[in-house]
Amino acid sequence: MVYSYYPGCTLKTKAKDLDKGARRAAEALGIVMEELPEWQCCGGVYPMGKDEIATKLSSVRALVAAKEKKQDLLTLCSACHHVLKRVNNDMATNEDIRNKANAYMELEEPYAGETRVIHYLEMLRDVVGFDKLKEAVTNPLTGRKIGAYYGCLLLRPSKTLQFDNPENPTIIEDFIRAIGAEPVVYAYRNECCGGYVTLENKDLARSKVANIVESAKEGGAECLITACPLCMYNLSNNNAAGDLPVYYFTELLCEALGLDKEGN
Amino acid sequence: MQRIGVFVCWCGSNIAATVDVNAVTETLAKEPGVVYATNYQYMCSESGQNLIKDAIRDQKLTGVVICSCSPRMHEATFRKAAASAGLNPYLVEIANIREQCSWIHKNKEEATEKAIILGRTAIAKVQLNAPLIAGESPVVKRALVIGGGIAGIQTALDIAEAGFEVDIVEKKPTVGGKMTQIDKTFPTLDCSACILTPKMVEVAQNDNIKIYSYSEVEAVKGFVGNFTVSIRKKARYVKEDICTGCGLCTEKCPQKNVPNEFNLGLDTRRAIYIPFAQAVPKVATIDPNYCTKLNTGKCGVCEKICTAGAIDYTQKDEIVEQQYGAIVVATGYNPIKLDNFEEYAYSQSPDVVTSLEFERLMNAAGPTGGVLLRPSDKTHPHTIVFVQCVGSRDVSGCGKPYCSKICCMYTAKHAMLCREKYPDTEVYVFYIDVRTPGKNFDEFYRRAVEEYNVHYIKGMVGKVAPSGGKLKVQASDLLNNEQLHIDADMVVLAAAIEPDKSARPLATMLTASMDTNDFFTEAHPKLRPVESPTAGIYLSGCCQGPKDIPETVSQASACAAKVIGLLAKDKLTCNPCVAHSDELMCNGCSSCANVCPYGAITYVEKEFRQPDRTMLVRRVASVNPAVCQGCGACTVACPSGAMDLFGFSNKQIMAEVDAICK
Repeated sequence: MVYSYYPGCTLKTKAKDLDKGARRAAEALGIVMEELPEWQCCGGVYPMGKDEIATKLSSVRALVAAKEKKQDLLTLCSACHHVLKRVNNDMATNEDIRNKANAYMELEEPYAGETRVIHYLEMLRDVVGFDKLKEAVTNPLTGRKIGAYYGCLLLRPSKTLQFDNPENPTIIEDFIRAIGAEPVVYAYRNECCGGYVTLENKDLARSKVANIVESAKEGGAECLITACPLCMYNLSNNNAAGDLPVYYFTELLCEALGLDKEGN
Repeated sequence: MQRIGVFVCWCGSNIAATVDVNAVTETLAKEPGVVYATNYQYMCSESGQNLIKDAIRDQKLTGVVICSCSPRMHEATFRKAAASAGLNPYLVEIANIREQCSWIHKNKEEATEKAIILGRTAIAKVQLNAPLIAGESPVVKRALVIGGGIAGIQTALDIAEAGFEVDIVEKKPTVGGKMTQIDKTFPTLDCSACILTPKMVEVAQNDNIKIYSYSEVEAVKGFVGNFTVSIRKKARYVKEDICTGCGLCTEKCPQKNVPNEFNLGLDTRRAIYIPFAQAVPKVATIDPNYCTKLNTGKCGVCEKICTAGAIDYTQKDEIVEQQYGAIVVATGYNPIKLDNFEEYAYSQSPDVVTSLEFERLMNAAGPTGGVLLRPSDKTHPHTIVFVQCVGSRDVSGCGKPYCSKICCMYTAKHAMLCREKYPDTEVYVFYIDVRTPGKNFDEFYRRAVEEYNVHYIKGMVGKVAPSGGKLKVQASDLLNNEQLHIDADMVVLAAAIEPDKSARPLATMLTASMDTNDFFTEAHPKLRPVESPTAGIYLSGCCQGPKDIPETVSQASACAAKVIGLLAKDKLTCNPCVAHSDELMCNGCSSCANVCPYGAITYVEKEFRQPDRTMLVRRVASVNPAVCQGCGACTVACPSGAMDLFGFSNKQIMAEVDAICK
């Protein structure tokens, strides 16, 4: 299976581990990730403004590029995934936005949301299959108790993202099982990490993180895994106790597939 | 030569505001055959009807077209008026210019044009109308009530009281329904069992009432006054007439781990069980899903222990066929499943319960003997949070768009009872709105707030997180504009209610209509609230919409009055607009019989004289006019055009189409 791949800015800077692990594991699983040659920043936050389209154009360009290659668009960062999927939904369902964006882009063939945006986790679940992934695991993380941290961007708004049950998701728990570890289901796994509020009100971000960390530790989690660089930042930097390691899910995926840091 | 009268109704402003009634009258007056045309403010009123009657007499009308509301509304009214003026009632046609025109259009010009076309269509049809004579059919003086909850019980008792025989079909092993599970009833707080169980006994003892418990309706045939119903009596593996209800078997059965549905799975029962001590009929039932003897052939403890010899492992389902004049639907409701509301952690913590489960936890006959204890650790809860509207008034698609109506009152009751029995308990109620219309209802709610100090908070709960033996409740207080965090011991969810799942297939069997929420629709929302649009089908209780007990009982009695009105008649007028077959054209292909939903068509062998004067026996269709409902399916299916419908002949319908296309 060949995908157009949209890494996003953070995966080239702060979150290189998320990107690296994903590429190595994909190779091992027979998935080809073709990075889009000229991708632009998605903006990081889905633009809610209804009266202008400039902030949506970078997403539309990525979506169009994948359409022209007749490929699904694979994403990894929760924020990019969120923005791309929602903009794609706008292009498919909102006539006003579609018309304005197409008028600006002057494409040969107008774009109307034809590209399918798929997150790496969705790809593991729906294309590879968690049962097949389990078979591919050579170094199962047996005995490790791992808490899945979803955050908000992957799950909501659930009707648009169609990712998983927003109140009781299971996809990352199923992933944890597939790599041989034991998932810890805890109540705050889909609560906000504080997001950008950390810039303005660090105490608030800290109290949000404390809720998550305490709840995960109470359930017996030894570490958390996430798909979101911003969650990673908050969970690592705003956890006063600093006693719960956080990893990108792709790091543990590589470990379970027996791939070391250098990709051997 | 036809002499047709056209009567255009304003319906106050319902029609006249959108349709130019004068233009319609003037244009239709020029149609061929029309000798008289007029309009009037309310054609259905007495003076409006007199207008029609006078015109029929004075103008010697041979046909009448009324441009008004839907024929479902007033066709019978206008037919009766015509008949009283000496015109055959089937020479009256209605053009629906309200529901199908004025109500759905905004542009007056377009609506007027459409009204004219609809009127012209009706004129084209009435030109070809033939006078019809309605026949009569007898009424079976026996009623069927489907569902044995408080609605079905009350309807059955009232019908029986009037001297008619009634059968109750109840799918559970006992009658009584949801009310048997409830602890106290609002607004008087009298004990539910104390007011219900005497009625259950009355039903069992009444000579006019027969209870088919643990039974379901399998098939319904026939029509008003003459239904034939097949009832499946499910095998309970216990001889109902021999079992004394001593309960010995339910104590000795070794299969102890069956979830007890009467207590909503909060405790367990045996594989052979009597749902509760006051069950009617009080006989044991073996649950075939859990009985070791039925599944593996070994065991047989209940048979050995039963001194009456009532156990019969070989019992099979039995089908009973019975005739009824009227059928009452009283299939009731259930709380919705909470799968779409994971934010309340119902599936994650046993201390998050539904309100019906809470009833059982408060009930003296419940799993805790009426002592309120947390299901998880059997300790006394000190802080309880009630969440209202869980799935009600929800347009997100997760729940139901309607108000479940009963939750505000029972939540006030629960909150009040908690504070009364356990004054050390802090009780919070989160609400969107508190809706307490009803006699003594608002006073009741005020008492919960003012005398019992229940904390009523306008706002919704966003998340319930089980943590360290507590339930961390996150909520918003909209009036104070603040976020609340409450460490609760129990959370009680007022789940929306929905019609019982058996209602939808039953509606198909009865050809009774339902709304999008699977509530049965009434013949008229205001004026005929206890009748289905399908003749002979009546509605009692929550199958028609959410209701509390007082309202259910009132409606159940109203429903009984309607049934008694029907059963009191010896004969019913039949609909003469039924199908008939032209035997000379029929080739006996069976297409019509295959599509007939009522089983009204049979085939007969008949002798026909050939052109060469020899006789030939042919198989031809024959319609039973008493069974035919005039749906017209056969006339469409018939490949040779032999089937036709009185009042809606193929020629008439083509004339209508021609008139529309003109």
